[in-house]
Amino acid sequence: MPNNPPSILDRSADKAAALTPARMSRSIKGLSDRAVAWWFIAPTIILLLAINIFPLIWAVKLSFTNYRANRLNAEVKDVGLRNYERILTDPDIWQAMQATAHFVFWTILLQTLIGFALAYLIDRKFRGHAFWTTVILIPMMLSPAVVGNFWRFLYQPQIGLFNYIVTFFTGAEPSSFQMLGSVDLAPWAIVIVDTWMWTPYVMLICLAGLRSIPDYIYEAAEVDRASNWRRFWSITLPMALPFIMLAVLFRGIENFKMFDMVMLLTGGGPGSTTEVASITLKREAFEKWRTGYSSAFAIILFVAVFGLANIYVKALNRVKQR
Amino acid sequence: MSTGTGQSQPEGKWPKLLRRGIMENLATLIIAAGFIMLFQPFTLILYTYSFVTLLVGTVMFIIVSKFPE
Repeated sequence: MPNNPPSILDRSADKAAALTPARMSRSIKGLSDRAVAWWFIAPTIILLLAINIFPLIWAVKLSFTNYRANRLNAEVKDVGLRNYERILTDPDIWQAMQATAHFVFWTILLQTLIGFALAYLIDRKFRGHAFWTTVILIPMMLSPAVVGNFWRFLYQPQIGLFNYIVTFFTGAEPSSFQMLGSVDLAPWAIVIVDTWMWTPYVMLICLAGLRSIPDYIYEAAEVDRASNWRRFWSITLPMALPFIMLAVLFRGIENFKMFDMVMLLTGGGPGSTTEVASITLKREAFEKWRTGYSSAFAIILFVAVFGLANIYVKALNRVKQR
Repeated sequence: MSTGTGQSQPEGKWPKLLRRGIMENLATLIIAAGFIMLFQPFTLILYTYSFVTLLVGTVMFIIVSKFPE
């Protein structure tokens, strides 16, 4: 066997071994591979327990009490299921749930339709397609705070560009409607902004799905003289479906928690028309300081999203198995 | 989150009605019903009972996804 000089990796390993204290080296040598693996993943598990699992369990515990985070010395009483009972019989919270449902349903529908259509167009390699892909991706790279602020300017009834564009197409007076100040239009104003910002994200995932379809399937379809429409329904859509579903799942979970952009655009107004669940939650927790009550509300939202994600993952697995 | 790919055990004497497929579908239906009840704009009563429905469906889903096929 030829005597090869030691590589950089070997030399580094030797150096590390030489630097390891003899006592530690002896104790590591006695460990099984499984035990060493556990030592490696232990920091991650401890971190996960500390920042994810512990707060969740703590929130469940708090949801059964009247705890207020701004009154640390006050007596904490066990109130049983009263917090849950109050939330589930409160018409204001019910209204917030409806605002959330409106926001989530329409944003996901529009983002999926537009995102897939854009991906389908970008997938056809035309001159300058790389440039247009980058341009389309810009909105999702911006911070929600920036997006919220500049759309506030765009929606200004006197000087906002959005009203002038609507005027151009409809002939209505620019100052005759207020996107953020009208009870009827404000829920659609936040839907438009979220769709503008996150459609590129859906497009990116759909594009990955479309690019993963092998060319030979289309070639076989061409040999069979399948029409473009038939190819789309029988090849493109079914094969890109797991990716579309994944995009819907990601956006669905994100939009249930939507806070920053809506808060900056409307602050939940006018009245409480755009007060989505996360804004109500923030008000209960950090304005009214009803920590126990808001913990119960957070648990309700968590169970709703968790249940939906379970169904969705099951559906995704089914589609992938087909 | 359960991925719905729990380990399959030998069928043995496991009752047919308690097979994973059937029970998972039932749990899915309960979760879907709870979800619609939570976000529907029609009746407050449905909203009131939505959380219990969702919780039952979700816990059931987690349990039955470990049942044999």
